[in-house]
Amino acid sequence: MKVLLHNRSMLPGAILTLLFTGAAIISLVWVPYDITILNIADRMKSPSLLHPFGTDQFGRDILSMIMVGARTSIAVALVAVGIGMLAGVPLGLTAAARKGSLPDEVIMRSNDLVFAFPSLLIAVMITAVFGASALNAIIAIGIFNIPVFARLTRGASLTLWSREYVMAARVAGKGRARISVEHILPNVMNLLIVQGTIQFSLGILAEAGLSYVGLGAQPPTASWGRMLADSQTMISLAPHLALFPGLAILLTVLGLNLLGDGLRDLLDPKLRRSRA
Amino acid sequence: MLQYFLKRLLSLGLSLVAASILIFLALEVVPGDPAAYMLGINAQEDTLNALREQLGLNGTILQRYLSWAGGLLVGDFGTSYTYRTPVSELIGERLWVSLPLALYALTLSTMIAFPAGIWAASRRGSLVDTGVMGVTQLGVAIPNFWFAMLMVLVFAINLRWFSAGGFPGWDAGFLAGMKALTLPAIALALPQASILTRVMRSSLLDTLGEDFIRSARAKGLTKGQAMWRHALRNALIPVLTIMGLQFSFLLAGAIIIENVFYLPGLGRLVFQAISSRDLIVVESVVMLLVFAVIVVNFAVDLAYALVDPRLRRRR
Repeated sequence: MKVLLHNRSMLPGAILTLLFTGAAIISLVWVPYDITILNIADRMKSPSLLHPFGTDQFGRDILSMIMVGARTSIAVALVAVGIGMLAGVPLGLTAAARKGSLPDEVIMRSNDLVFAFPSLLIAVMITAVFGASALNAIIAIGIFNIPVFARLTRGASLTLWSREYVMAARVAGKGRARISVEHILPNVMNLLIVQGTIQFSLGILAEAGLSYVGLGAQPPTASWGRMLADSQTMISLAPHLALFPGLAILLTVLGLNLLGDGLRDLLDPKLRRSRA
Repeated sequence: MLQYFLKRLLSLGLSLVAASILIFLALEVVPGDPAAYMLGINAQEDTLNALREQLGLNGTILQRYLSWAGGLLVGDFGTSYTYRTPVSELIGERLWVSLPLALYALTLSTMIAFPAGIWAASRRGSLVDTGVMGVTQLGVAIPNFWFAMLMVLVFAINLRWFSAGGFPGWDAGFLAGMKALTLPAIALALPQASILTRVMRSSLLDTLGEDFIRSARAKGLTKGQAMWRHALRNALIPVLTIMGLQFSFLLAGAIIIENVFYLPGLGRLVFQAISSRDLIVVESVVMLLVFAVIVVNFAVDLAYALVDPRLRRRR
């Protein structure tokens, strides 16, 4: 707690992140209004006590939609980070354990290749073949995350392989795979957590962008990007339609970035002074 | 230098071949017959066969890949299933919107990031530094299409300084074209400028802590002189890397921003192609963008060698 209070980024970051994950979790059991019920009589109402964020073109409560949308954004981004880590970390560990060998070359060159495909292009290809859905957005962002984690893990692991405690483990007869899991992985975990937070925030942005252009979650699933797309033609009549979903994305991403910065400071004191 | 260049060129070629195979496999080997799609459900079998033959869809996968990749080499991207015109023509027209947009955004981003990054680094820890870093923190977090919508609301709908969307074409004059691209370019540039400012600042701070800067100061240079003459050039390597990466993100990111402003660029083309399952167009645009990413990164690698002669030997 003391650390939290002394770290300038960590506290606001943690609060914002908790706020939106909290809203997503609460929406599973309770929302102020049912967003599946259309109420044309109350359409495009400005923010009021009854509807703090106003209502949309179908009379649905925007606060409730943002709470449900948080679920979509967070779920897509979180699973995409999971895919990136589950595939990328073992690849990075293997490449580092066999530095300079054929597997290392193959892994790293494939990484470079996937890196040439921005997540949006992967999404475009997947959608062209399978159609648009939240699942395809997850796969696209997840694939994009794999080389990020693979590179990071390899880079961080390589320096560890020359450490004395790893040498000692090798002398003791442990195999490369076992050393990777028992000695290398725990020591790169901090970096992975920090990068995970950053990729999580990028995932939220990517999901919003994909849903905005119709490549992500499809109606009736509520998503922040979708809400923005729907509000576009009505922005001059009812700016609040676009204001609140956009702010939700901005504050969630900001919160995660601040949390990532704070975690980096906390977990890697060496970076405290030189960080960007 | 020549050896370095040739080595990089070889890896460039291999990356392009690998990327083309990946894209081809992803998009060609899918269920659905483009010929049936073009001719409708009542088409005769022999007409379908003739069209398949014409589109080169009858061969084995390898033959089809070779014919597609061979076409790419000479600028023949095939014929669009829905527009019935050569894909290269479609792309050529749209490129005149997307490419200037990406370049415009890159220029804006550089023009903002360099002074802001240098300013923040030279006044480290001051109010200016805190302010710049705060703004960049927001710039990184803001979804650029939302920022674009807000700009449309303020500058197009309320102030009427710009049009809310559309593109008059370059025939309407250079200034009219640039004016139509200004809001989209700002929206695209904002997050990139924020990232670049942060990279510029941290890279410059790292360099300013180096021994050779202390030596330069010791021989009597002022802080400013040491920064402009010695630190800046040395701090450019990471900045160039990020700029290279950004150009590709700007080209791909333009896909979304073009949608906000209804610009007739590659992004709009790709979305129309997806909705009409015109896979050859999707395939070609994706290949073109990936080609751009790979070639730009190659150019950045070469630029390193120019900025830092030590790298020519080291690599």
